[in-house]
Amino acid sequence: MKVTIDNITVEVEPGTTILQAARKIGPEIAPPAMCYYEPLKASGGKCRACLVKVTAGSEKDPRPMPKLVPSCITQVQDGMVVENTINQQVLDTRKGIVEFLLINHPLDCPICDQAGECHLQDFAFEHGMQQTRYEEERRTFEKTDLGPNIQLHMTRCILCYRCVFTADQITDGRVHGVLNRGDHAEISTYLEKAIDNDFSGNVIDVCPVGALTDKTYRFKNRVWFTKPVDAHCDCDKCKGDVTLWYRGDEVIRVTARKNQWGEVTAFICNKCRFERKKTSDWVIEGPTKVARHSVISANKYGANKIVPEFARRLAASQYKDVKEGRNLEQLSIQQLPEERFKQLVAPAGESAVAGIRSIQNWADDK
Amino acid sequence: MQLTNRAKKIDKSEMTLAERMYLPAIAGGMAITLKHFFKKKPTINYPEQKRYLGPVFRGHHILKKDEEGRERCTACGLCAVACPAEAISMVAAERKEGEEHKYREEKYAAVYEINMLRCIFCGFCEEACPKQAIYLRHDEFVPVFMNRDEVIYGKDKLVEDMNHRYLREGWK
Repeated sequence: MKVTIDNITVEVEPGTTILQAARKIGPEIAPPAMCYYEPLKASGGKCRACLVKVTAGSEKDPRPMPKLVPSCITQVQDGMVVENTINQQVLDTRKGIVEFLLINHPLDCPICDQAGECHLQDFAFEHGMQQTRYEEERRTFEKTDLGPNIQLHMTRCILCYRCVFTADQITDGRVHGVLNRGDHAEISTYLEKAIDNDFSGNVIDVCPVGALTDKTYRFKNRVWFTKPVDAHCDCDKCKGDVTLWYRGDEVIRVTARKNQWGEVTAFICNKCRFERKKTSDWVIEGPTKVARHSVISANKYGANKIVPEFARRLAASQYKDVKEGRNLEQLSIQQLPEERFKQLVAPAGESAVAGIRSIQNWADDK
Repeated sequence: MQLTNRAKKIDKSEMTLAERMYLPAIAGGMAITLKHFFKKKPTINYPEQKRYLGPVFRGHHILKKDEEGRERCTACGLCAVACPAEAISMVAAERKEGEEHKYREEKYAAVYEINMLRCIFCGFCEEACPKQAIYLRHDEFVPVFMNRDEVIYGKDKLVEDMNHRYLREGWK
C-alpha cells in the first residue's frame, strides 16, 4: 500500500495507521502523540494531538475527508494523501489542542519531577501559544499515593488513559481506572487500594506528564542534572534492561528504556525499579544516547559531545606521526601515537578511522 | 589650494622677552590651578561613600521572598542550567506540613549555593528564573574575600532579610 504524507510517499502494510506510516518516514513528519502508545493495545484517539488532514481518501475514492482525522487510530488506504506539517488547518487545530490540554494543567513545571522529559511540555513548546487565555479556576485534586512507591497528582493528569491500559494489559487483576465523567473524570484506584502488582511501576513511565511519579525519586534532582546510563541485570521477572539515572556516583532513579518515540517496549518489574539502586546491582552498558535538542544533553554529558566533521578532517590532515627517539612527554595532541590519536579523534569506531585514513591518503596525495 | 577650514595659521613672529621667560604661560597655568580650588571635587571616599551604580547594575545575588515572607525559590534548577560558569548548585526538599509560612511552593531549595569565584555576574540566572526568586542587586557588590572558605555563598548570605527588603525602581 502506498501512502503519501507531506509529499513523501511510503510503502506500508495494510492495517497500518497513518501515525505509524509517518513514523516510518521520520520524526520530522510524525504527528505528536500524547495518548497513543504503540506497545499498549487500544491506546490512542483520546488526546487529539495527532489530528491530520486527509486530502485524498484513497486511490478509488480520492475525495478528501471532511474533518481532520486522528492519525493514531485511522488506518491507511491505498493512495491516501495526508497533510500534517504542511497544512495550516492542522497546525492551527494543534494550537487549540494544546490550549485544551493545558486548561486544567497546573503549569507547575518548576516543581514537577517530569519537567525536561514531559511530552506535554514538548508538545506545548512546539505547537502552543506562549500565553493562556483561560481565566477560570482550574480543577484541583489532593495528591494521593498509589501504593508505597507511586504518587498520583491528578491535577496534572490529561486523561490519556495510558496508565489504565497499562494496568489492564501488563498487570493482571486491575485496581486502577478512570472514575466519573467529563470534567470530573479522574484516574483513581478504587477506595485508594494499593496496587501491589509486580509491574505496577510502569504506569510512571507511560505517563506523558507528571501525574504519576516515582516517590523514591521525588524532588531528588532535576532530570537535566542527572546522567542516564544503560544497564541490565538478571531478573527472573522482567528482561532487566533499564536506564539508570545517576547523580554523581549515586543511582537516584531507575526507569525502563524508552525508544525514539518515548515509548517503553520492555517493561520492568517493581523490584528493578524501586529496590535495585546500587551500581553493584547492575551491569553497565554505557551512556544512554540522548537527543542533542533534549534538555538532558544540557548537562554537558560526555556521550553527546559531537566532534564536528571539519574538526576531524583538520586534525587528520595535520596529523604527524611520532618519530623514534623523541621526548614522548612533551607531545601535543597532533603528535600523539597513532592508537591514542584514533581514540581521541574517532570514538565512533572503525568506520571513522577508515574515513580518516582515506582523508590522510588524500592529504598525502596533495 | 585650501581643502578644509581646519588648517591653522601658526604665528611664527619673534617672541618678546616676557614670553621667552615663560611668564604669561606660568601665570596662565597658575590661574587654571587656582580655578580648580573652587570647583566641586569628583573624588569620593569609597568605602564610606558609595556611588549610585545605576538601575541595571548586576551585583550581589539575592533570593527574594514574597510579601508574606515565604521563599520564592522552588529549586527548579533553571538558573543552574542557564549558568555559563556552572556556579550554582542546589538541593531540593519537600515542604512539610506547618512550613507553609516559610516556603511558597511544595518544593523548596534546602541548599542553594553560588560559588562567587566562578560567578561572572552575567545575570542569566535572573533571566531564567520562572519564579522571580533570584536577582542580582543593583546596589551592592559582592565583598572582597580573604579566604577560600568565604567564596561559596549559601542561603544564609543569599536569602532576603525581611527587615531590609530589596526593592528596585519599577517594582513598587
